[in-house]
Amino acid sequence: MKAVCYYGKEDVRVETVPDPEILNPRDAIIRVTATAICGSDLHIYGGYIPTMQKGDVLGHEFMGEVVDVGRENRRLKVGDRVVVPFTIACGQCFFCKEQLWSLCDNSNPNAWMAEKLYGYSASGLFGYSHMYGGYAGGQAEYVRVPFADVGPLRVPDSLRDDQVLFLSDIFPTGYMAAENCQITPGDTVAVWGCGPVGQFAIQSAFLLGAERVIAIDRFPERLALASSFSKAEVLDYSRVDVPDALRELTGGQGPDACIDAVGLESHGTTLDAWYDRAKTSLYLATDRPHALRQAITACRKGGIVSIPGVYGGWLDKFPLGAAFAKGLTLKMGQTHMHRYMPRLLDHIERGDIDPSFIITHRVGLEDAPEMYQTFRDKEDACVKVVMTPGTRTHVVA
Amino acid sequence: MQAHALATYSSTSSTIGGTSHELERWAGVAMATAVVAYGLSRRSFSGVALAAAAAPLAYRGVTGEWPGLANGMADTRVALAGDRGIHVRDAIRLEVPLEAVYGFWRRLENLPRFMTHLREVRDLGGGRSHWIADGPADVPVEWDAEIINEVPNKVIGWRSIAGSDIATAGSVHFSTARQGRSTQVSVNLQYAAPGGRATRLLAFVLGRDPAHMIREDLRRVKQLLEAGEIPRAARGAEA
Repeated sequence: MKAVCYYGKEDVRVETVPDPEILNPRDAIIRVTATAICGSDLHIYGGYIPTMQKGDVLGHEFMGEVVDVGRENRRLKVGDRVVVPFTIACGQCFFCKEQLWSLCDNSNPNAWMAEKLYGYSASGLFGYSHMYGGYAGGQAEYVRVPFADVGPLRVPDSLRDDQVLFLSDIFPTGYMAAENCQITPGDTVAVWGCGPVGQFAIQSAFLLGAERVIAIDRFPERLALASSFSKAEVLDYSRVDVPDALRELTGGQGPDACIDAVGLESHGTTLDAWYDRAKTSLYLATDRPHALRQAITACRKGGIVSIPGVYGGWLDKFPLGAAFAKGLTLKMGQTHMHRYMPRLLDHIERGDIDPSFIITHRVGLEDAPEMYQTFRDKEDACVKVVMTPGTRTHVVA
Repeated sequence: MQAHALATYSSTSSTIGGTSHELERWAGVAMATAVVAYGLSRRSFSGVALAAAAAPLAYRGVTGEWPGLANGMADTRVALAGDRGIHVRDAIRLEVPLEAVYGFWRRLENLPRFMTHLREVRDLGGGRSHWIADGPADVPVEWDAEIINEVPNKVIGWRSIAGSDIATAGSVHFSTARQGRSTQVSVNLQYAAPGGRATRLLAFVLGRDPAHMIREDLRRVKQLLEAGEIPRAARGAEA
């Protein structure tokens, strides 16, 4: 089959690889009908994620049709149309039972690697390095799904792939980011980053009762989307001083909650951002947490900073003093996908939200190398790329 | 009494009362010499450690005995006394009823399903069992063990029988946690392997540190009993 494979920093290729097969009793094999490039795939593309190996199949946002099931899988049938969560969960361990699905104890075969770095290992992930299990990803014609009697969500035929594909990661991720803000009616939420997760965080904050959402980015097309589609007030950080503007917009109090939907490759125009760039380029630091610093500084006293953006290593110049002085609560982590997928499917079915609004590029799998670069450089007003295996035509939506 | 009889070529060979096979002894020498040569050729600390660790294998090949295991050393009370041997302890918690975990573990034949360095465990009846494990340089190590302490649903304790190639003793304790909702398994394991401390170095160089091994064994038994399967990302990648 054809698959998008990692070969090194900024080197992604479409290769022919062996078809996946059932390895464990609860597995299923999915024929992928739609798959997307995630912002977090760009961290891999940029060489920021350790324990990637040449030839690893990428991709963790995908859906498709079940074509084979393992003998112990009594939940899925061949022919089922499913969306697959990017976190792999066994459903039986302490963490799964506590609904902390992305922290599953039993799904990462290489848990010892993550334990060396983090003390304990989170769940296995599709196509996201060997430290997270070394599972082949879904930017491919077929993919093996472990514990497929727990994760995949059946979707009704009345909804198009475009509308449900993002249940695989970014819609639940944006939603959990907003839910972590413990929004009460009248709250103001500030969101750093108007990429796909930021857009879903904005809309989810409104769904959860926020009165105002203020969105921060610098790309006009992303700010326009946040403003027109997600109905947020917007700030262009390349033109205004963000903490000042937020203070003014909130009557000197600060936002009740701040969401960092940017993560470890944050871009900024202030001194600390240049300091991060210099240090990471010399391999003296692993992450560039400019947006997170700003979120902590801007947040009101006693507020919540919610972090859906991905961080991998050690943070430098982290303003813990500010977080402490203001009594902030920090909430973060990979999304507990299984907790949110059914209720968000309901929202889509009811027409509360149509997640397809963020798609800017629809292409075939063959176009992946070009699209990784386009998405990374935010060329061509690229916000979200959806790939359909088996099609080769380059169509821009 | 001689410590002897690694059944290299047949897993059914008796471990008690035979003498070392000539071919096997010289195969051991050849292998050990190769490892020593390879180790020294690395010209690094780990290379030297590897060479040092392989030396006992060569010693055994020539003399027919593991160094330090002659005449009664394989008695666990002597071989494991004080700070002798390797001592590993670890624990894991499972969301499986205590009786089920105990029952699974007590059927000793189940152990190789999650202890990947074990090739086979046979229950000989009467509290005795025969164990075959991967040894240094891929030479299997065999020993007989007896259960010396058993309280159902609480503890299993065992030790190897004097005269085995390996002196080992250990215990597994089963208890409940979180007001009975979870089960905790604590393992306490001691052994004087062929080659003694040098073997630990060798194991470490080859990526089989005993502490790491026991950690992964416990992880696998948890995966097996909780999730019903041991996760893997590729065929043959389960170890």
